[in-house]
Amino acid sequence: MEWANQLCENRQFGSKMTDSKYFTTTKKGEIFELKAELNSDKKEKKKEAVKKVIASMTVGKDVSALFPDVVNCMQTDNLELKKLVYLYLMNYAKSQPDMAIMAVNTFVKDCEDANPLIRALAVRTMGCIRVDKITEYLCEPLRKCLKDEDPYVRKTAAVCVAKLHDINAQLVEDQGFLDTLKDLISDSNPMVVANAVAALSEIAESHPNSNLLDLNPQSINKLLTALNECTEWGQIFILDCLANYTPRDDRESQSICERVTPRLSHANSAVVLSAVKVLMKFMEMLPKDLDYYSTLLKKLAPPLVTLLSAEPELQYVALRNINLIVQKRPEILKHEMKVFFVKYNDPIYVKLEKLDIMIRLASQANIAQVLAELKEYATEVDVDFVRKAVRAIGRCAIKVEQSAERCVSTLLDLIQTKVNYVVQEAIVVIKDIFRKYPNKYESVIATLCENLDSLDEPEARAAMIWIVGEYAERIDNADELLESFLEGFHDESTQVQLQLLTAIVKLFLKKPTETQELVQQVLSLATQDSDNPDLRDRGYIYWRLLSTDPVAAKEVVLAEKPLISEETDLIEPTLLEELICHIGTLASVYHKPPSAFVEGSRGVMHKRLPARTGSGESTESPDVGTAAGGSAPEAAPSIIPSQGDLLGDLLNLDMAPPTTSGPPPPTTGMQMGGMDLLGGGLDSLLGGDIGGSPAMGAGFGAAPAVMPASLNAPVGGGLGDLFDLGGVGMPMGAYIPPKIVWLPAMKAKGLEISGTFARRAGVIQMELILTNKAMSVMTDFAIQFNRNSFGLAPAGPLQVLTPLGPNQTIEVSLPLSTVGPVMKMDPLNNLQVAVKNNIDVFYFSCQYPISMLFVEDGKMERQVFLATWKDIPNDNESQFQIKDCHLNSDAASSKLQGSNIFTIAKRTVEGQDMLYMSIKLSNGIWVLAELRVQAGNSNYTMTTIRRSGSSQKMLTFFTCAACTLTSLCCCMDLMLSQYNT
Amino acid sequence: MINSLFLINPSGEIFLEKHWKSVVSRSVCDYFLEAKEKALEPEDVPPVIHTPHHYLISIYRDKLFFLSVIQTEVPPLFVIEFLHRVAEMIQDYFGECSETVVKDHMVMVYELLEEMLDNGFPLATESNVLKEMIRPPTILRSVVNTLTGTSNVGDTLLTGQLSTIPWRRAGVRYTNNEAYFDVVEEIDAILDQSGTTVFAEIQGVVEACVKLSGMPDLTLSFMNPRLLDDVSFHPCVRYKLWESERVLSFIPPDGNFTLMTYHVNAQNLVAIPVYVKQSISFFECGSDGRLDVTVGPKQTMGKTVEGVMVTVHLPKTILSINLTATQGSYTYDNGTKLLVWDIGKLNPQKLPNLRGSLSLQAGAPKPEENPSLNIDLKIQQLAISGLKVNRLDMFGEKYKPFKGVKYITKAGKFQVRT
Repeated sequence: MEWANQLCENRQFGSKMTDSKYFTTTKKGEIFELKAELNSDKKEKKKEAVKKVIASMTVGKDVSALFPDVVNCMQTDNLELKKLVYLYLMNYAKSQPDMAIMAVNTFVKDCEDANPLIRALAVRTMGCIRVDKITEYLCEPLRKCLKDEDPYVRKTAAVCVAKLHDINAQLVEDQGFLDTLKDLISDSNPMVVANAVAALSEIAESHPNSNLLDLNPQSINKLLTALNECTEWGQIFILDCLANYTPRDDRESQSICERVTPRLSHANSAVVLSAVKVLMKFMEMLPKDLDYYSTLLKKLAPPLVTLLSAEPELQYVALRNINLIVQKRPEILKHEMKVFFVKYNDPIYVKLEKLDIMIRLASQANIAQVLAELKEYATEVDVDFVRKAVRAIGRCAIKVEQSAERCVSTLLDLIQTKVNYVVQEAIVVIKDIFRKYPNKYESVIATLCENLDSLDEPEARAAMIWIVGEYAERIDNADELLESFLEGFHDESTQVQLQLLTAIVKLFLKKPTETQELVQQVLSLATQDSDNPDLRDRGYIYWRLLSTDPVAAKEVVLAEKPLISEETDLIEPTLLEELICHIGTLASVYHKPPSAFVEGSRGVMHKRLPARTGSGESTESPDVGTAAGGSAPEAAPSIIPSQGDLLGDLLNLDMAPPTTSGPPPPTTGMQMGGMDLLGGGLDSLLGGDIGGSPAMGAGFGAAPAVMPASLNAPVGGGLGDLFDLGGVGMPMGAYIPPKIVWLPAMKAKGLEISGTFARRAGVIQMELILTNKAMSVMTDFAIQFNRNSFGLAPAGPLQVLTPLGPNQTIEVSLPLSTVGPVMKMDPLNNLQVAVKNNIDVFYFSCQYPISMLFVEDGKMERQVFLATWKDIPNDNESQFQIKDCHLNSDAASSKLQGSNIFTIAKRTVEGQDMLYMSIKLSNGIWVLAELRVQAGNSNYTMTTIRRSGSSQKMLTFFTCAACTLTSLCCCMDLMLSQYNT
Repeated sequence: MINSLFLINPSGEIFLEKHWKSVVSRSVCDYFLEAKEKALEPEDVPPVIHTPHHYLISIYRDKLFFLSVIQTEVPPLFVIEFLHRVAEMIQDYFGECSETVVKDHMVMVYELLEEMLDNGFPLATESNVLKEMIRPPTILRSVVNTLTGTSNVGDTLLTGQLSTIPWRRAGVRYTNNEAYFDVVEEIDAILDQSGTTVFAEIQGVVEACVKLSGMPDLTLSFMNPRLLDDVSFHPCVRYKLWESERVLSFIPPDGNFTLMTYHVNAQNLVAIPVYVKQSISFFECGSDGRLDVTVGPKQTMGKTVEGVMVTVHLPKTILSINLTATQGSYTYDNGTKLLVWDIGKLNPQKLPNLRGSLSLQAGAPKPEENPSLNIDLKIQQLAISGLKVNRLDMFGEKYKPFKGVKYITKAGKFQVRT
């Protein structure tokens, strides 16, 4: 209270008029004194005493001891005194519940008062007293107030329901207050509507699945009417509520947009941003060729720009949201680059956000301006900002290819300033530019090398070492440069050590004669003198590679690096869509979905943008329709041409795939260990990035054990490639086609997928190799199939448990079920697949061997076989030959049995072995076949029927089956066309 | 919704707390104080801070931090707007917004805060509604109150709170009916070394002081409304009429209010009223530098430029400066390295110049950064965008009001890079 005393000394006269007099009481017996005053007979004295109590309370002093005395002052007709007592009650009732009960009568009486102000005040205060015993008495007065004739009381009561819900949710539900609250949405007074909406929204937040705010066109109409007439705060609540509605069609969507647009001109920035949210969301449903659509786009820009002239705190929130908006719809602000230019006295948090948006808006058209600005920023005072600005120049170069040259020369200019941290940042980004545009700007290396000595930050040193190693053949004294770093090897950070190791190995591979000593030195430093496991393991790998197979080492170490792209810093599309639905909220400030951080959000529903309707893309079922995102239709055609219904299915990706019966995917620990060895190892070998996986070391030790017999193919294949072990991984059981690349990295932002299909222990497995050839870590993998001929569907989620780092590879087995939706594909065994990760959704199609579908119980009874064979009409019969098969009939039979093609009978006629075989497909169709084997040539006839389709369909079956058999017999030159005619 | 409010002074002391829901311990502010410690300037404290159980949203106004605590997903702009309202309310009631004033009127501030929010939902934030509920302090009233025992708190239900025009109270009576409008424009601009405009825009605002009896319905029209790129209106303005006819039609609040703010974008050519020739250079060797700044009028539309002031943040390594100004005077604070040159009126015949030498601390390297110049200026009777009010009509009341329009142009964030 020192300040208070001092204040009073300073204002002897003034103290009469101000509240600081309330702090003058001596510390001794302060409470006692107040007690006496509170019990005074004089009204005025009482009031002054209560004021003193409140004053103490506001600065955080504990005056709860005065509870009974203050409550005694409640019975008064002086409104100010009453309000003061209420203020006190709200603060301390919780600590004195028994005493608080004393106040109940007054409250109940006040709720019946003739003056609506008093009624409202009573119900409002009562709701703020968080004491259960009082809550019980609140229900009746509240019920009356909710139906009060005076709208002021009703609107106060609406908020009170939210308060009560916070204290005792069950009570509110039992008493039916929620329904009354819902009725208030149709109230005639707009303020009542707004408060009811606000209360319901708050309650709904703790009940994510309740349909409290179940909006229909009628209630929407009510809300839109209230929107025009209620206060600015009410408008925010209503707009936020509207944003949760999904219009039935584009017409409704447009009419809502039209009625919301005027809110963009509101003086309150929160109203503006909430309106932007509604428009951004509903716009998604409007056909793009509509005139209104482009009008709306134009209308969105000015208010967003205006937000940037507000106070810095408002600017910050606005900028975070604009960051999302420019990623979703860059066209809105593409001409407004200048408003994001940084003023030197902007707060740092505004500067950094503006910078980020500038990069996002950078394009060929405005790059000159942007670069001039960035160069200006690089000479600012604030070091953090300067660093970001220099990095931004690098991002520009990577984003706008035409500007790369100018960016590089700007960076060189900056390096000439010799300002230490500028030089270091510049070198870090130049490394990225080299990676994006190889063999283009290497002429600047000489300039970079001049600054070698001034680099003292690990990241810059590592970048410089990478450059020296990568371009060792062009730098005459590369060995000297690297050697100079080697002197203080143990004092360097891990990042630099790892980079130095790789760089010297690169150098050695390029100039083996002069640098043998150097490489030995670094290998021994890394393996013997270091206690960092990552460094040691990488050292050992290099060592072994170099000593066993220098050619392989060259292939590994000097392998072509994947390109980096600017997309890596974009927000992943599904997340972006969700965030667009949350514009103006905390989620939009943090760029995280609310489920990720909002406390007490019990399973928040993921919000999705509505699908565009009426533009040809028919969405299948209503739930899929609403879930469909806007960006996917544009992305889809890249690989698979427009498949309306496919999109519907694929967009469900986020939901876990249906888990039908089936064993868990066989990603055994052993296999994973093997993977990590390859993935982690490759990562460290190839990547400029540091931080090899810790599992690598363990994996390496366990390497010899990584050959589980049943799973030899995937692991063996991988290891074989690297260490050229050869011979491992020959298929033993069912036929498994070799893995082929299904999705090249070019088409999938750096994700390469190759794979094959196999049938193991009665379960169809899709075996995938995912390789990350991009710069960023990939996570959140999911897979989905389009409907296909045999109803193949994933039986479980895609088991990629660890994030896939750059250059890392992982093998996954995905068990498939055959109970998915069926649609005839052409060719029959075609499968369209969508794979999603944190970056995007990718589509590809592949063909599975039909043999995968042959089930284990496909052995037909002899009698049945005979009868069926005779029954089948000749139309369903087809014949073809398999050439160059050097197996005898027994060997063929046993081989075929491995793929569930069962031999029922065998007879020998005129030197020919005739094998009669049966196959059962997963969908219950039987295929019967006759195989004639003659020395060196086999010719077989196949015939089938169960539930016949068209003969054309059957023919395709045969073709596939034949293809399978053919491959089984290692006759690879079979021409399919032969049988199609 | 908004849970609690803390007012914190620049030294980190909490001098007021108000809770609208359950009480949140003030220890939650420690997270904020930690962030404040980290920031170089109080302006740099991030406005949204995430703590394990709460979110702290703060603004920095008038050298005070207004810190609100929220627990659920609440639009941050809503909170920030509200905090600004609190600051404005304090300013409005007590003439200034400062720690002293709040402490002097602790109970009233507390009562006001209680009226502004209920359970964290805004209740009454319009200044004239609040003023009817809790009357602002005047010396006379407090004397009368002390003598008669009447209170500052109104005890009737306010008409304004429920009508569709909550901003206007009923039964307003004046003997002199007047309506004044000030069109104030601020130029935000960045000029580069050569004087080329990097970026320029105009932020305009129409401030009104309307003291009219009864329920006047006003219509204000501009000569050239299409000039405006974006407008934001006081809730009283009928948006439909603006959309269709480009006129401002409204029933005004009583007293002072901001009728509209507008924005003239960089796309339209923004006139730059002054030019600045400057050179701040440091010699490669030695520890000296030179400063030479000249300011002259450029596009002034024939008006005089007044109140010109140049502010420079000199580099940290400056030891002392020795300058001469041909007009006006300069002040230099060696602690903050802030150089302020107050020029006053610009005389086109004799351009003001400030030149002299700068000396660096011994051994300090040549400063790396280039200080920017901040320019202040004022032009009376001119809206630089060219916006002009055409006429003001009043309907709904019989009397003839006195009307007046004033224009003024100022520099907003007007910066010259060196």
